Amino acid sequence: MDAQNLTYLFVGVSFALYIGIAIWSRVANTSEFYVAGTGVHPVLNGMATAADWMSAASFISMAGLIAFLGYDGSVYLMGWTGGYVLLALLLAPYLRKYGKFTVPEFIGDRYYSDAARLVAVLCLIFISFTYVAGQMRGVGIVFSRFLEVEVDLGVIIGMAIVFMYAVLGGMKGITYTQVAQYCVMIFAYTVPAIFISLLITGNPVPQLGLGAEVADGSGLTVLEKLDSALIELGFTAYTDGTKSTIDVFAITAALMVGTAGLPHVLVRFFTVPKASDARISAGWALVFIAILYTTAPAVGAFARLNFISEVNETEYTETPQWFKNWEDLGLIAWQDKNGDGAVQYRPGAPFDGKPAFDGDKRGEHGERLLVNPTTDTANEVYVDRDIMVLANPEIAKLPGWVIALVAAGGLAAALSTAAGLLLVISTAVSHDLLKKTLMKHISDQQELRAARIAAAVAIGVAGLLGIYPVAFVAQVVAFAFGLAAASLFPAILMGIFSKKMNKEGAMAGMLTGLVFTFGYIVYFKFISPELNTAEHWLFGISPEGIGMVGMMLNFAVAFTVDRFTPAPPEDIQHLVEDIRVPIGAAGAQDH
Amino acid sequence: MAENTPIGERENRQAYWRANLRLLAVLLTIWFVVSFGFGILLEDWLNQLHLFGFKLGFWFAQQGSIFTFVVLIFVYAFRMRTLDRQFGVGD
Repeated sequence: MDAQNLTYLFVGVSFALYIGIAIWSRVANTSEFYVAGTGVHPVLNGMATAADWMSAASFISMAGLIAFLGYDGSVYLMGWTGGYVLLALLLAPYLRKYGKFTVPEFIGDRYYSDAARLVAVLCLIFISFTYVAGQMRGVGIVFSRFLEVEVDLGVIIGMAIVFMYAVLGGMKGITYTQVAQYCVMIFAYTVPAIFISLLITGNPVPQLGLGAEVADGSGLTVLEKLDSALIELGFTAYTDGTKSTIDVFAITAALMVGTAGLPHVLVRFFTVPKASDARISAGWALVFIAILYTTAPAVGAFARLNFISEVNETEYTETPQWFKNWEDLGLIAWQDKNGDGAVQYRPGAPFDGKPAFDGDKRGEHGERLLVNPTTDTANEVYVDRDIMVLANPEIAKLPGWVIALVAAGGLAAALSTAAGLLLVISTAVSHDLLKKTLMKHISDQQELRAARIAAAVAIGVAGLLGIYPVAFVAQVVAFAFGLAAASLFPAILMGIFSKKMNKEGAMAGMLTGLVFTFGYIVYFKFISPELNTAEHWLFGISPEGIGMVGMMLNFAVAFTVDRFTPAPPEDIQHLVEDIRVPIGAAGAQDH
Repeated sequence: MAENTPIGERENRQAYWRANLRLLAVLLTIWFVVSFGFGILLEDWLNQLHLFGFKLGFWFAQQGSIFTFVVLIFVYAFRMRTLDRQFGVGD
């Protein structure tokens, strides 16, 4: 069977599995729909959390980002894992002990205020939609490359699958499909990585391969070879960054804190039976995540090395097939600036903007012609970073079934995250907005129906965001972290660790963090993108890292306002004392 | 609920909470040092040293910190289980 048919087979089988799980795990009440009846085993919840967490950006984009950023890519590795330490130590066990259904519910109850609940709902919906847009786009990219369907149709198919198991099975359906999706995803990620590591270094463990010697008799390690090759071409060394230390610090901090504040991750820890399970489950989640996250930097370095050796100074007509495949899709482009017929890979942009092709016109070597104005750099090749993982099996000349596996894995990563996000959106609407605020008298069955309708609507909106994308996958995701770091994380943390924090302080803090971070990102990304350089940034911190400043402002404002306003009522202070001890954690209460 | 707990029980819970905070302080310090310390602020300096073919600072930034994070969470979970039992507040 050829790679194409194998891909249809693998994707088809995995989809059938997800739908099967959806039908098996249909739910009948809101407790099952929102928190899977708090009956999820901590290890399985860890696996589901890993799938929930590792998005299309982790699977598809991260290794590519690291490949092109080198040391600077560490911000994603540390940022997206270090947050789990905060989550396990500072938030998850207490939220589970509290034992309700949603994050806004905790904030609303702890700060004895419907207004605080609404602010939290707004934050949650905004964060989750920015995040989900990237997932649907990821689904579209995988479909278009591997199944040769239009991106738009791919998004619609993805929506239909998520609709099946999110609407039918709620949190229970999502949890068990995520466990399956984790297995598909991690297998799909590590198998090609092992092959490539063997190919380049002779060491089957990619984590060790990254430090090993290249198997070409040069006696250089992978990183040494990469450093010297890049310096020769005029790039910065791979193991040195180009970002300033303060920016690396701020981005890492914003991503860590943001991770801990993401509602779709937090809510996963509401599903385990006990508060002590929440701690251990976070540990398992990080084990499952670390398997991929320590493989990614190896994949990134191998991919960059491979790219240089196969493409740089190669005649266009001699370039490998994958180069031309991705060029056909518009994710690679080449402009023969010096007219020598060979591909020169150098620093800088090859031309202005994203490639704009001159219809189907081909140049004298068979390359697609571009209409972009050229730049005066020596670089002739444009590579979209998102393709590195997807192209890897082809680059390493792996058999067809590995390529098919990667396609199924990419889809699993995108779908699992999308489902988790869509669920927290629908929960926020049906539970926090309707049941707790606007329509307090609806029955459990009516609430369940509202949750299903909200999930369906959210899926539709997410699909539209996938068909009309905002920016490329990883960039959109970075936005969500800044906002989670600046708004939700501090509010929850203070709610647990400060008995005296009152609603005025918490709300003033959340709004300050949100408005500041949102304004900063929008200003530099959308209003004045031409000013988006280090000399214009506040303290030299980029929009990606500004969530750290937003978080500090949130704390500062909250504690200041708290000092000048009345302390929270006695029963709230008792509530805080009560959530600090695990004893007495029951199933999520119906109310 | 907490308002019904006797005085001795309240003090017990406060002692439990202080023990928890002490543990958190130790673990979060390690968390900060391996990532922000070794991986970022001291990265250049540590890169003079080598480990398994890696420059040490680079290794902490791309692998070492992640391994440490995993260990930290499990240490916390097991230490807290002991504390829960010791103070009789386990679930």
